[in-house]
Amino acid sequence: MTQQPKIRVLIAKPGLDGHDRGAKVVARALRDSGMEVIYTGLRQTPEMIVEAALQEDVDAIGLSILSNAHMALFPRVVELLGAEGRRDILLFAGGIFPDEDVPEIKKLGFRGVFGPGSDTREIADFIRAEIAARG
Amino acid sequence: MNDALDLAARVASGDRRALARLLTWIESERPGAREALAALYPRTGRAHIVGVTGAPGTGKSTLVSALAAAARARGRSVGILSVDPSSPFTGGALLGDRIRMMDHIADRGVFMRSMASRGSVGGLAVATGDAIRALDAAGCDLVFVETVGAGQAEIDIARAAQTVIVVEAPGLGDEIQAFKAGILEIADVFVINKADREGAERAANALKAMLDLGNTMKQRRVGRGADLSAATLDASGHHAPGGTGAHAAVASGEWRPPILKTVAAEKRGIEAVLEALEAHRTHLVESGEIVLRERERAADDVQRSLGRALIRRALEAAGPARVEALIDAVAARRIDPRAAVDALLDARLDAGQEGE
Repeated sequence: MTQQPKIRVLIAKPGLDGHDRGAKVVARALRDSGMEVIYTGLRQTPEMIVEAALQEDVDAIGLSILSNAHMALFPRVVELLGAEGRRDILLFAGGIFPDEDVPEIKKLGFRGVFGPGSDTREIADFIRAEIAARG
Repeated sequence: MNDALDLAARVASGDRRALARLLTWIESERPGAREALAALYPRTGRAHIVGVTGAPGTGKSTLVSALAAAARARGRSVGILSVDPSSPFTGGALLGDRIRMMDHIADRGVFMRSMASRGSVGGLAVATGDAIRALDAAGCDLVFVETVGAGQAEIDIARAAQTVIVVEAPGLGDEIQAFKAGILEIADVFVINKADREGAERAANALKAMLDLGNTMKQRRVGRGADLSAATLDASGHHAPGGTGAHAAVASGEWRPPILKTVAAEKRGIEAVLEALEAHRTHLVESGEIVLRERERAADDVQRSLGRALIRRALEAAGPARVEALIDAVAARRIDPRAAVDALLDARLDAGQEGE
């Protein structure tokens, strides 16, 4: 009767753009694949995102951004997670990123970068595989 | 010191990460959770546990957010548990209550956790009671527990909380529909939220009328033992006129739930709700009802835990193959369900004897 370990994912939108359709589609798709998804809404600061991730004790954080501010906001999220000793949380990103930024984002520690047209099943499979690999 | 006791010690010292991890252990029924909770149990019982229930769209999350901010302004530390439904089909859940809570996220005096109901009905998750205890032990002065919000049959919260707020909003249906049986009886404080909308006064009046009727019931709460009989009724059966404010506890010493109006999104009317919560807590303590409620809560906890433990032990002792075989036999009408239960319990007893 022990509960199956549930994968908990935080989906957040840092920065100022108001385009949350992609984030909502991903949140719903992950829910439909059996995950518990905490959706925090628009215009989150890195501090808010990291505090939410900490309190909710999530396994993964997905950041959606369309304002091109990713190279300012993503490193800050990574830094704050480090300060809280939670660099173990899986990070992935969704949105529109210039090709040359993708290696940079991955170098920050984002294991997955999903652009427009990504298959939501692919994102769910990616999370599951990454979490399984971490034990 | 083992992991569980170490975690308990860190929770007791106010470590947010440790509290978050303990909540995960509780939700996933990790064996260490039980040991950590046992170590923390003596530290519990200090927090004021406030349940918040009501139909979807009444503004429960926004109200809790505003109440948390007002409580913080008074220097109280706040814990929030928000329960949202899990899909019965996929087991997944979309937990969106944080959207309305993000105001406080930078404030270390507020700890909020979203919980999926994980198959439980009744408005709370199975783990909610233990999660409340974890927040209590971590030193939260006030713990708000927001239910799923089906609006009906959410009676679990009446057991888990000391004070229950039932939230209504005008325009969600006719008033009779809004105050279905079961929801009236569990309220200690009524809040008509979105009170700037048309129909707020009508909703308040309808509620007041139903409350007057409800007071004629011999016992307001199922199983709580508090006799809220018609002590304030006059001979004609009409309720003596009373206020609807926070100080509406009737002269006989019984608590009459106040009906308060708020516009939570604009933080209007919030102070009065906070005062009503305090007044109710004071009432519970001074009337001695808090002792009765605590005992009810303990009895309920023991019974539920016993039920879960017995089920787990019986299934483990029988083993999956035996369980499946018995289920097949019941489905094929070879034996009846009670016979299957007897077989499982016998298996458990046999296994218990072998183990000793």
